[in-house]
Amino acid sequence: MSSREFILNQIRESCNAEPSVGPNVPLFHKDSFDIVEQFKQSLLIMGGKIIEKGQNDPFEFVKAKLEDAKVICSLVPDIEGNKKLTDNMHPKELQDIDYGVLRASFGVAETGSICLTDQDLLINTLGYLPQHLIVLLDPKQIVENLHDAYARPEWKQIHYGALHSGPSATADIEGVLIRGAQGVRSLSVLLIT
Amino acid sequence: MSALQDEAQPRGAKIKGNKPVDQLEAANRFIAASAHQKMHDERLWDLRKKRDAQMHLISEWEELRELASDIKSHTLDHLADYLEEFERNAKANGVHVHWAKDAQESNQIITDILKEHNAKTLVKSKSMLGEECRLRQHLEENDIHVIETDLGERIQQLDHEDPSHVVVPAVHKTRTDVSKVFVKTLNAEQGNNDVHYLAETQRENTRPYILNADAGMTGGNFLVAETGAVVVCTNEGNADLSANTPPLHIVTVGIEKIIPKMEHLAVFIRLLSRSALGSPITQYTSYFRGPRKGGEMHVVLVDNGRSTRLASKKFKAGLKCIRCGACMNTCPVFRRSGGLSYGSVYAGPIGLILSPTFNTHKYRNLPFASTLNGSCTNVCPVKINLHEQVFAWRETLADEKELSLSKRILMTAMGKLLAHPKAYRTAVQTGDKVLSYLPHFVVYNKLNAWGRQRDLPPAPKETFHSWYAKNYKNKGKTDE
Amino acid sequence: MKVGLFIPCYMDALEPEVGISTLKLLERFNVDVTYPFDQTCCGQPMTNTGCHKEAAETEKLFVKNFAEFDYIVMPSGSCTNQVRHHFDAIDQTKEVQHVRKNTYDLVEFLHDILKVDAFPWATFSHKIAIHYNCNALRGLRHASMSERREPFFSKPKDLLSKVKGIEFVELERPDECCGFGGTFSVFEEGVSAKMGQDKVMDQHRSGAEYVISADSSCLMHQKGCAMRMGVNLKYAHIAQILNGDLS
Repeated sequence: MSSREFILNQIRESCNAEPSVGPNVPLFHKDSFDIVEQFKQSLLIMGGKIIEKGQNDPFEFVKAKLEDAKVICSLVPDIEGNKKLTDNMHPKELQDIDYGVLRASFGVAETGSICLTDQDLLINTLGYLPQHLIVLLDPKQIVENLHDAYARPEWKQIHYGALHSGPSATADIEGVLIRGAQGVRSLSVLLIT
Repeated sequence: MSALQDEAQPRGAKIKGNKPVDQLEAANRFIAASAHQKMHDERLWDLRKKRDAQMHLISEWEELRELASDIKSHTLDHLADYLEEFERNAKANGVHVHWAKDAQESNQIITDILKEHNAKTLVKSKSMLGEECRLRQHLEENDIHVIETDLGERIQQLDHEDPSHVVVPAVHKTRTDVSKVFVKTLNAEQGNNDVHYLAETQRENTRPYILNADAGMTGGNFLVAETGAVVVCTNEGNADLSANTPPLHIVTVGIEKIIPKMEHLAVFIRLLSRSALGSPITQYTSYFRGPRKGGEMHVVLVDNGRSTRLASKKFKAGLKCIRCGACMNTCPVFRRSGGLSYGSVYAGPIGLILSPTFNTHKYRNLPFASTLNGSCTNVCPVKINLHEQVFAWRETLADEKELSLSKRILMTAMGKLLAHPKAYRTAVQTGDKVLSYLPHFVVYNKLNAWGRQRDLPPAPKETFHSWYAKNYKNKGKTDE
Repeated sequence: MKVGLFIPCYMDALEPEVGISTLKLLERFNVDVTYPFDQTCCGQPMTNTGCHKEAAETEKLFVKNFAEFDYIVMPSGSCTNQVRHHFDAIDQTKEVQHVRKNTYDLVEFLHDILKVDAFPWATFSHKIAIHYNCNALRGLRHASMSERREPFFSKPKDLLSKVKGIEFVELERPDECCGFGGTFSVFEEGVSAKMGQDKVMDQHRSGAEYVISADSSCLMHQKGCAMRMGVNLKYAHIAQILNGDLS
């Protein structure tokens, strides 16, 4: 008998309830909820930053951040980078990037999270190896809470996706909070359609 | 501050083969290291307070706990079906699924996968199951270099210690302790105790390993049957790096981590980090549904005693655990003892009820490292009746003749005495002088454990019993 | 209303005055109280050590002593919890069920059954901190619990609020266990004492003059720690305050 059969048999011997559907989960929506405002607040709590839109050029402040960066990888047409991603690249080749710039699939107001899927990232390490990330997010693509987030269709299509809630962080030594653990040191979001 | 810097780090329980772990002995040494103990207590209590603050922000908090508990119970009742559904969907996504009866088989499967790929180095994010199976030790015996990528876990690996807490593995260490480890192992500057410096040192040291590793490994917080996906929650980004940089990603996960649907996942993600660290969510909530282009993904489903536990009506509820550590943070005994005092992979309240399922004799003292205060049950996001399970374990230990001799003798004697009013009165009022002013369970203890650090109330002139007999002559009934 | 009074074993031996306060307090409300002479203990030391079989005869004796009463009242949340929730070592006869169902802790009895609205004879002009025994709090639900999202309530505080002069102070860790834990206090002495010392320091920092509780067992432990530490704090059972025996 294979281990698979052994385990499944053992489970079925002790526990084999009649088929039934699991509990239904409500969406827990709140009345009068300012989704965009809540997103911004939550993102700040998680250590992320909001980049304001410039008056003449909406990307003015993004560009200002990138001024001194040596290696920029941008997947966004409005921002020019100097490092291109190609299909056959090894994921580690992204190690020298100072700033990654890309667009997120959606955001979550409850937690200030943005969702980066393998389609958004092209190469998954773009979310983690750069020193800093700048993420564009369409405010219309912000959902209220995690219930909405996990009801999105993306999860059934992608092979990889992650909710990023601020930059990487650790408090493993004496509880001292450090932003920028193994992943990016900062995460900034520009809300733009 | 200087006390914290000078004090040597207290070490964990002394493990002597299969002999019962003496948790108290290690706890006493932890308490004696008073600066460490104080830091540990305050830090974990701070997590508890942050958890409370998050709870008060979520009006549906108790409803979420109820849902989480119901989802887990439902899943355990249909565990085989959901595991098959997961396997089907994961395979359809291109994931290789393996099944392991026990730690040994799991370790072998993982070693074989690595050898097939000629992998010599493995970057690994935190996995309690990995600790449970002693996976790292096994791989190293097979000449595979393993690098823990989580900061806390890395500290513990470099210090040759087990994690002392499921979420914050080095919570018992001070910055000085960490500095000493890094000076010895990572060539860090002597005497530089700056936490930012220490964290940066580890980041810079770990990064080349991540970039050049042959394989990456993560645990799994949840498996979603409906989509065949593995969900991993971390703060440092190390799981995503470990999984996404090398060409091979291996997941090791316990079979009880499965949940049916994506809508259920939302409930757990809302509860997990709020309960664990008091943050609304972990920085990264990662979802692996299939291998990336050019990569390979394996999931090893591990039983290691779980299906046996499932058969136990009494202790099945422990399988609902999502390893948030909230029970440890709130446990007053854990905060004073340190996680390593338990001498077991799982410490604190959840450890008291899980450890004896692995080895009843070795961990027979653990269910007594509790005052049965019940705070753990209240903070548990999946509503495991932890303190009731601790209570139930004591009965099971007594039934299985696993109580210490001193407990057995004392309880038998007390049971007899307390069942016989005349004998009891004689003992209290006329017989033993000591009994006339000490609660019986105290005086039966030869070492006078009560009096070592506590004073005794002055002995009253008479007991309530004799006062009543004098003042209420016609009341009560007595056959005296 | 026939009430059987149970006095916990440690109280009988060590703090008879709390038993006396309880008895006198109940009598003020015209309750017909009897103290059955053959009582010993609720059996908790054995049960909490896992020795249910060893507790069976003690449980039987308890039921035999108290089956005839309408209510069984005791100045201890912990012992009440034992009778109500853990008398499982014996056959669940009608008598056993009756006893389990009708056993009340003093606070519950005053608050929920007698619904007392005044203690005009009592004045207590002191700053007090309330200590909740864990079994009373999380087993009997004397009060709301800090770990749960639930509206605030506190039966001991409700009762004490009816006594003139009391000023309440709050602890930093309001319902953290003090480390008594019955046999835990001697089996796990080191941890127990440390928890007790931490509790005393929290009480001391709160500015309390008195710590008041519905359970003498925790107080005995805390008082023992405080005395050894040289911390000037007084401890009293809620019955002593409600009956006006201390001022």
